[in-house]
Amino acid sequence: MNAGRADARIGFIAFNTFREAVRDRVLYNLIAFALLMSGAAILVGEISIDIERLVVVNLGLTAVSIFGVVIAIFIGIGLVSKEIDKRTLYTVLSRPVRRWEFVVGKFFGLTGTLVVNTLFMAIGVLLALLYTAHKFEKMDEWVLVALYFIVLQFFIVCALALFFSSFSTPLMSAVFTFALFIIGSLAEDLRGFARMSHGVGGMLATAIGYLVPNFSALNVISQVAHGDPVAGRLILYNTLYAVFYSAMVIAGAVLIFQHRNLK
Amino acid sequence: MARPHGTPVDHFPFTFVIAAAGPFPSSTHNIAYNSFGDPCRSLGVNIGFKRTTMSAIEILDLEKSYQVGFWRKREKVALRPLRLTIQEGEVFGFLGPNGAGKTTTLKLLMGLVFPTGGSARILGMEMDDPRVKSQIGFLPEQPYFYDHLTARELLNYYGQLSGVAAKLRTARVEDMLERVGLMESANVQLRKFSKGMLQRVGLAQAILHDPKLVFLDEPMSGLDPMGRREVRDLIQQLRHEGKTVFFSTHILSDAEALCDRVGVIHQGELRGVGAVVELTSQAQGKIEIIFCAQAVPAGLTQLGAEARVSGDMVNAVLPEKQQDAALEVLRRERLKLISLTPVRKSLEEYYIQNMRPMEGPKEENRKGVGV
Ligand SMILES: Nc1ncnc2c1ncn2[C@@H]1O[C@H](COP(=O)(O)OP(=O)(O)OP(=O)(O)O)[C@@H](O)[C@H]1O
Ligand SMILES: [Mg+2]
Repeated sequence: MNAGRADARIGFIAFNTFREAVRDRVLYNLIAFALLMSGAAILVGEISIDIERLVVVNLGLTAVSIFGVVIAIFIGIGLVSKEIDKRTLYTVLSRPVRRWEFVVGKFFGLTGTLVVNTLFMAIGVLLALLYTAHKFEKMDEWVLVALYFIVLQFFIVCALALFFSSFSTPLMSAVFTFALFIIGSLAEDLRGFARMSHGVGGMLATAIGYLVPNFSALNVISQVAHGDPVAGRLILYNTLYAVFYSAMVIAGAVLIFQHRNLK
Repeated sequence: MARPHGTPVDHFPFTFVIAAAGPFPSSTHNIAYNSFGDPCRSLGVNIGFKRTTMSAIEILDLEKSYQVGFWRKREKVALRPLRLTIQEGEVFGFLGPNGAGKTTTLKLLMGLVFPTGGSARILGMEMDDPRVKSQIGFLPEQPYFYDHLTARELLNYYGQLSGVAAKLRTARVEDMLERVGLMESANVQLRKFSKGMLQRVGLAQAILHDPKLVFLDEPMSGLDPMGRREVRDLIQQLRHEGKTVFFSTHILSDAEALCDRVGVIHQGELRGVGAVVELTSQAQGKIEIIFCAQAVPAGLTQLGAEARVSGDMVNAVLPEKQQDAALEVLRRERLKLISLTPVRKSLEEYYIQNMRPMEGPKEENRKGVGV
């Protein structure tokens, strides 16, 4: 009997993670999201003509981002620790599954869940936009770019949640991940502050500013809400940044998990 | 013992090697004839001689201690250096009270926790070799599985992870469901399963990929009498299929009925290993005879028998060396013999005896180690 292939196993683990999320009714949030978007669209339709697009895009994308981050943290923090606690890992790791394959599979399962989730939410946003403006315009394509950046944010959040989950409790993982999300969203400000200050404080601010995930660069919501384009270079940089950052975090998670005694 | 000179030696590579290695041509034949294995080994010649039994598990001083306590760290020894070899095709029972270190041993072998010392080889490979895993199955104690899946889905998933080819998988999964009696509940999510049903799923997943070696941590626990019986039958079947089974249990009668050998572990320390008969028949050299009679014949009492009359039967225990004399007495008195059995310690007695604290004559307690 052949031992199978690592990529196949990662795929199976990812699919099982996705299936678990779906069966645990994680996607139910989509109903709440749909209600929110349609309610907002109708309300905004009552207000003035000029700012309704601005409001719908701003509100819609912000909601996508918040819903996604909450889900990523909510599921991500339990991904490894729950499997250790419930000992579901025993029968997985006694198979030809290496520990890094498990972590990577979990990561793809979670990001997959979020991508599907975002897809539905994006459709909601676009429908709301269509409802208020009655047609799509050229500048709406930047909304798609903003959505893409949001998905990149999710990748990093998933990686972080998984990382913390590989050595700490779900509650602590949630706190750490959320804190990093907040600090990361202020990364540009932090870097600006670091440039202006000197001494130990300045060095510390620089270090933190560059170490935390730069979520602010991935946030172009208000820009696209105003109909401004996004530079092609930023798309490339952000993609590379998100991939590199998540890969490093996942590698860290693997390193920690590799040497852990399961309880 | 010695074969007639000139009889052809039936093991060709053997003779060949000896002849080639022998610096003393005249005696070559004699060595080959006299004893078939020993001189060969003592000469260090093993080439071309395939061993029929290979060790399935070789545990070399595997040990584990945990750091406990948050502020003042203490060492908690869960397993003292354990040395144990299990042959291929053997059914081995691992006995010991709660907290003895059985689960710890299994978790170490499965790579779920890492040893503080020692090593182990499984099926001839280092235990952390990824290739090992496709040939072993593991049932954890009180198993718990992804409860969003149905039994069928879970087995299919594990089949995927074990690298069972898609074509084979469906049939294999159905086969296992049938084998552990879960066909009826195959499409029920595991969150709705009872403890015993989970245990059955656990057994199914352990043998799903047709492993050569199966580790079962308390396979009978949580099962009803029927279920226990089925697990016993299952282990017997595995034996007939030539699999090696290593299982831990508290139920001595199961161990007695199933195992080729058992090991007794207590406080993280192996107290004894051996075939059940060996461990239990370190009898005090006594026999028990039961025969029909209303009273104890005087002849028997003279032989040093301790006898007890119950109804019209007599039960007498006497030294083994008096066996013939005792039978002679019965024959003389024309008494009907019902049974004659060597007095054996039960496994339970052996077990209890080994649970005593490790002081006193250590050698005696260790009897049987390394058998
Ligand atoms: N994670 C851990 N941290 C500290 N001590 C542990 C840990 N796991 C096990 N132990 C200790 O190791 C010893 C052996 O435990 P183990 O689970 O191997 O026993 P067992 O023989 O399987 O018992 P049982 O029959 O109750 O299942 C126990 O004293 C236990 O307290
Ligand atoms: Mg145990």
